[in-house]
Formats: sequence, structure tokens, C-alpha cells
Amino acid sequence: MFCEKSIELIRELQRVSDGQLPAFNEDGIRQVLEEMKALYEQNQSDVNEAKGAGRTDLIPSIKLRHCCLLRNQRCLSAYLYDRLLRIRALRWEYGSVLPPNIRFHMCSEELQWFNQYKKSLANFMRSVGGEEGLDITQDMKPPKSLYIEVRCLKDHGEFEIDDGTIILLKKNSQHFLPRWKCEQLIRQGVLEHVMS
Amino acid sequence: MSDALSEDGSEQNDSQEELMTPVELIAKLEEAWLNEKFSPDLLENKSEIVECVMEQLTHMEDNLQRVSKGDMKASVHRMEIDRIRFVLSSYLRSRLQKIEKFFPHVLEKEKSRADGDPSYLSPEEYAFAREYLANTETYLKAVALRHMPPNLQAVDMMKAVPEPCLDSFVFLRVKEQQDNIMVEPETDDQREYVVDLDVGSQHLMRYRTIAPLVSTGAVQLI
Repeated sequence: MFCEKSIELIRELQRVSDGQLPAFNEDGIRQVLEEMKALYEQNQSDVNEAKGAGRTDLIPSIKLRHCCLLRNQRCLSAYLYDRLLRIRALRWEYGSVLPPNIRFHMCSEELQWFNQYKKSLANFMRSVGGEEGLDITQDMKPPKSLYIEVRCLKDHGEFEIDDGTIILLKKNSQHFLPRWKCEQLIRQGVLEHVMS
Repeated sequence: MSDALSEDGSEQNDSQEELMTPVELIAKLEEAWLNEKFSPDLLENKSEIVECVMEQLTHMEDNLQRVSKGDMKASVHRMEIDRIRFVLSSYLRSRLQKIEKFFPHVLEKEKSRADGDPSYLSPEEYAFAREYLANTETYLKAVALRHMPPNLQAVDMMKAVPEPCLDSFVFLRVKEQQDNIMVEPETDDQREYVVDLDVGSQHLMRYRTIAPLVSTGAVQLI
């Protein structure tokens, strides 16, 4: 049955739990494109027949193939665009540098899209207010308290806070630090917010 | 607000066209933030408020440097800076999310507005939206569209990307008295009717009905 492969691509995305990016299904895409090529070529020859030999009985199958072509285009675009949305979310979740295991699931064009998106976002953030700009990927939650208790999950070396004191972030050490300094490190998984 | 702010308040006011105290400025920011958060559609851009708030934050940060560390006031000011920065970031994020979600429609709306009308996108947001569109189109072409049959190599973005749902319900509080607001019927048995919106009252209505009132500031989305 036509369009089965393209539906399968969409189901693949539905199956993966919210937001995660499965590997780029290059094979699946290639198969859909091949089906489209075959349908189009069949239609081309049928259209010639219908016009030339007056075979109007071919018209319903021409219409059917055209619908399948449109459906394939739509499903394929939906699959690719949904992946882009997941990749976009990665910028907000992980920051500018993606973990290698995620990058592995992206094709080179998707990486290009991501890099361009990063740049656009950075340009926008820099332009806010006119001076240095504002990093709007920070401050994702309303501030509840000034200082928070954090535990270090991995060795991160030295860390300087506002009044000049240097903290050594060693694995499993616990610190009482200003919240705004820790946000980025918490999101990267270096620190963990300890709630007592 | 505290003395750290009021010092700058007077400096600020001289250089602005609209005289606004810091309190009024932050109140306006919060109103814009809530409206943007709860509206299904992208609202007019408020870049003057964004700029003023950024200036305000810079001044507050500078003042904080001068206050002696460990002073009780310093932590309160710090908290205040963080709160304002959160609201501002959240406001800009709301707008960016809507721009990304409805990008072809947002660009079309901006292109087709009359010269005198206020703009929905700041110049930077417009650049961002255009880049987003170009980036996405380039990607789709490179990965799939150029391999498709000749008559299918384009995707109409206006049709492919859904429009904002202006019929979604929103909660609102009335700030200025509005009389004779026409409400569309919900079912076939009903007919359209008018309501009066009294100051201070709260309602749940379809966004489309009260959209113009949000831009004029007559109602506040909550």
C-alpha cells in the first residue's frame, strides 16, 4: 500500500518519549523519495496515454497517485519539521554545545540548522537593550531564594564567585552558592540542587 | 522602591520622552508579560519597555557594586534584580516561542500592516523570524524537497504551519469600562448578544472577542 513508509516515519517519532531525538532515519526517507519517484513516473506515462490515446479511464488512478504523492510530501515534511522542533528544544535544554550522543542522531543538515539557529538566537539576545544584551536562556524559573545548596556531581575545578572567593568543585562536595551563578552548571549536570 | 532605584529614577526620566517612575515601568513590564503569556496571538512589541527595563537593571547592578557586601540591603536588591530579570526573560521567551511557532503568519502580518500601525515585531525579532524561515526552508529543500518530483519541490509555509487559534478562551480582568461588547453565539440555538464589562470584573471569553481591548490596555489577561 502506498504511503506506508512515510506513516511509519511519523509513528517512529510518536513512539519515542517526549522530546527525545531518535536517530535520523536516512533509509526510511530514501524509501519514501523512491516511492514518490516511481509514482510520479507512472503518472507521467499515464497522463501521456490519457492525452494521446484518449484513455480517460486512467484518470482515477492518476488522481490516486497524485494524492499519494501529496501525502508522502506532507508526511515527510512533518517528520523532518518535528525533528527540527526537538532539535530546537535541545538548544534551550543543553546550551550551545550538544552532547556527542545526541549529535550522533542528527544528520549534517540538521547540525547546520542547529548552528544557524544558535547564531540567530545569539544575535537576538545580544541585541536586547542595546548594550551587552540579555541571555534569555537563563532565569528559566522564578527566583525563590538568593543562595542555594548544591552538590557537585563531577569534578569541575575552580569556580569564582562575585566577591572573588574561589570554590573548588570536587565531586560530592556540597556548597552554599548564589543561585544565579549555579543555573548554567545545574543545567549542564555539573551541580545538583539539594533541597532539604 | 528603595533608595538604590530612586537615585536613578530622576536621571532616567530626564532622558525619556514618557516620564515614568521605576514602579510604573515594572508594573508595565508585568502587564506586558502576563498579556503575552496568556494571549494565543503575538501582541504588539513593547521595545521601549524592554529598553528601559534593561537600563534600569544595569543601574541597579552598578549600585549593588557600590553597596558594602554583607549589607542586608544588598541581598534584597539582588533578589529584586533577579526577579525583574526573570520577568523580562520570560516575556522575551514567550514572544520568541510564538514567533517560532507561527513564523510564516507572523512575517506575513508584519509585511502587510499599514505604515502607521504599530509593529508586532521589533527589528531584531523580525530579523530572527526571517532567519528562522530561511533556515527551515533551506533545510527542507536540502534534505527532501529537491529529491522530490518537479511539481512537489515547494511547500507552502502559510498552509503547512498552523495559525494561532484566536478562538481560544482567555481569562481577563477589566481595567476600563467597556459597554456593548458583541459576543458571538456558541451554539446554533443562541444568537449574538452584547455584554457590558465593568471595571474590576473578571471574565472568561474567547480571545477574538476582546483582542482589540488587550492592545488598548482596557483589559488585562490573567
